[in-house]
Amino acid sequence: MSTYAQKKGFGATLWDFLTTVDHKKIAILYLIAGGFFFVIGGLEAVFIRIQLAVPNNDFVSAGLFNEIITMHGTTMIFLAAMPLVFAFMNAVMPLQIGARDVAFPFVNALGFWLFFFGGVFLNLSWFFDGAPDAGWTSYASLAMASKGHGVDFYVLGLQISGLGTLIGGINFLVTIINMRAPGMTYMRMPLFTWTTFVTSALILFAFPPLTVGLVLMLFDRMFGSNFFVTTMGGNTVIWEHLFWIFGHPEVYILILPAFGIFSEIMPMFSRKRLFGYSSMVFATVLIGFLGFMVWAHHMFTTGLGPVANAIFAVATMAIAVPTGIKIFNWLLTMWGGSVKFTTPMHYAIAFIPSFVAGGVTGVMLAVAAADYQYHDTYFVVAHFHYVIVGGVVFALLAGTHLYWPKMFGTMLNETLGKITFWLFFIGFHMTFFIQHFLGLWGMPRRVFTYLPGQGFETSNLISSLGAVFMSLAVLVLLYNIIMTSVKNVRVGNDPWGDGRTLEWSLPSPPPFYNFKQLPLVRGLDAYWLEKMEGKKGMTPAEPLGDIHMPNSSFLPFMMSFGLFVAAFGALFNMDDKAWSIPVLILGLLITFGSMFIRSVKDDHGFHIHKEELMDDEDKGVKA
Amino acid sequence: MHAEEKLTHETWPAEPEKSTLEAKNKFLGFWFFLGGETVLFASLFATYLALKDKVPDSTHTLAKDLYDLPLTFVATMLLLTSSLTSVYAIYHMKNFNAKKMNLWLIITVLLGAAFLALEVYEFSHYVHEYNHTFTSSAFGSAFYTLTGFHGAHVAFGLMWFLTLIIRNSKRGLDLYNAPKFYIASLYWHFIDVVWVFIFTVVYLMGMVG
Repeated sequence: MSTYAQKKGFGATLWDFLTTVDHKKIAILYLIAGGFFFVIGGLEAVFIRIQLAVPNNDFVSAGLFNEIITMHGTTMIFLAAMPLVFAFMNAVMPLQIGARDVAFPFVNALGFWLFFFGGVFLNLSWFFDGAPDAGWTSYASLAMASKGHGVDFYVLGLQISGLGTLIGGINFLVTIINMRAPGMTYMRMPLFTWTTFVTSALILFAFPPLTVGLVLMLFDRMFGSNFFVTTMGGNTVIWEHLFWIFGHPEVYILILPAFGIFSEIMPMFSRKRLFGYSSMVFATVLIGFLGFMVWAHHMFTTGLGPVANAIFAVATMAIAVPTGIKIFNWLLTMWGGSVKFTTPMHYAIAFIPSFVAGGVTGVMLAVAAADYQYHDTYFVVAHFHYVIVGGVVFALLAGTHLYWPKMFGTMLNETLGKITFWLFFIGFHMTFFIQHFLGLWGMPRRVFTYLPGQGFETSNLISSLGAVFMSLAVLVLLYNIIMTSVKNVRVGNDPWGDGRTLEWSLPSPPPFYNFKQLPLVRGLDAYWLEKMEGKKGMTPAEPLGDIHMPNSSFLPFMMSFGLFVAAFGALFNMDDKAWSIPVLILGLLITFGSMFIRSVKDDHGFHIHKEELMDDEDKGVKA
Repeated sequence: MHAEEKLTHETWPAEPEKSTLEAKNKFLGFWFFLGGETVLFASLFATYLALKDKVPDSTHTLAKDLYDLPLTFVATMLLLTSSLTSVYAIYHMKNFNAKKMNLWLIITVLLGAAFLALEVYEFSHYVHEYNHTFTSSAFGSAFYTLTGFHGAHVAFGLMWFLTLIIRNSKRGLDLYNAPKFYIASLYWHFIDVVWVFIFTVVYLMGMVG
């Protein structure tokens, strides 16, 4: 390799990650941070299942139970699922479109650090008189009555991390529109890139309503405004609307990239072109569009009236159509293919019946009249875990196995991977299938305990035992990751042997500039096309030339850290602590000072010269 | 074209805001950002409309007795004019004339500052004459939040223009800073459009009850 890659000490590596603007390294940061929060959220889930394993349990108190369920939901959605999705988007999407980085590398790093500090801030609530306890939806009627600072941690933490997500979304949109390689037309983009594109659009339009909702709640709790104070003319239903106008698209923000990952796995391991590519793209866009029309189905029992309920019920059911198109396309992709049962393919195949089950209960819940019966029961809990775990988490686990070699240059162990899969698959259905019936039998959600003799004992115990299996699965996965990293057997460009898209034409992991020469894309599954014609790699679309790269920067870290500090000042200012205002000002100074430095100091990036790139080839390193 | 290149009047491109990849990315990314901002203000408008005239008791002043149209009209004219002057600034940017661009930007900043001063006066008027405050009612909270968010955007825009003018006062225009001026003016137009909606939805519709 050239002068750019050298053996580095721990300190240098750490500094590298703190200042990096490289999308591949940011992907690793997202993966580590998201994985960390996934473990925390998972532990909270385990505590919930321990408490509910037997009736009249006193493992945790009612108040602590409320904090645990709130933090489980909030952590899993905002701090685990979203960053893990972002990890794969960062790692793969720029490679799939043949780009050297994202459109705004600096903003990409800023997005990560904002998410990270927001998440840390939210979780520090455990150490400062209590976590939020108003549920992950934080309905204003509950949140305004919540004592202590839990809800304030929720509001400020999500505000900071939400900002990071929003700029991440804009970044991906611009990257996909402006930075595709020659020949990479929209209808040649891999499905994962397409879902990243639609997801980013959803992020762009869904996060501002959450921002506004959080601002209103912040003002009410900190500055004495009256948005949700009914005696002063306020209205708590405003929060419900704003939250769900964000919240419903949010579930598509999670599931669409999951669809994208499965749409990569299915053709790869069926060794067959994705069935109905154009209809897949169409269905993705349609789901994204309809996702904004259905938020009030979370509010059927709020009392919006029969007309509103009917409209939202029909719109909700309509989403089953594009989703059904996708399910059939995946099935038909496998049909007649030469299927290879790798670990990712296990998840992909298990995903189909699991997700369909969640989809069917979704249509059941969409029947507004029937929803009055299901509302706030374990039936709802079963439904959304079937779509989120059976869809999103399966995809994230599949993606971890699939893209691990591309991100780290070494393969996760397949046997351990399959053990993880079976433990998780069995545990998942054991935990959540029975909860459908618990709900239909009348067990309400969010209760911290139940009485014996109501017929809930056996089912809850089975459900809790399922959680043991899922925990074991995660432990096996962690063991797998450690063992793989220790052994560190290096792999080549296309370790699965069936790569179809551009990322598999590059070394694992790719050089920091990704493509020495931008590739010429001649059709869908660009790399597969070349392989089928007996070529080793992509045909370059440009002569070897200088490559322009962005500079690393510590400013994204500082900007986010400043907001983190300021949030503490804002929060404790409510207690009239003398030090709070100086802390608030200090934090804002750090943030705005960093922003000021960023505007005043020119940042032109640097060029890798043609000669240095040629060095690589002379020394026999493949590019 | 590279951003660092030194250009002359002859080599200056017709659309300097889109002449490098970085500039194109900024241009598009900022339009997307404005899309998100649109949803942000839409949410605030919806909140305002839901809480308009929602007060705890009959002693509170309602919208139709509160707003002062002549004052708001002057504020509107100031802001609309500032949008026009920022167009002149960008016209001169496209003609590679940094001096005239800066002149028009300074006029834009002055008009924006005058708008802000009027808004501050208006708020203090409502607070002292009508006891219509941020905490007096849900109506008050919604009104000050919507107009305040807009006012904060105006203030941020002023700081943005000033920073740009000061930073680039000595070195003239190049393809690195031209897109920055363009995007700042785009932001300024957006603020102006939001104000047109505030003028219509809050003030004009407020007068008809």
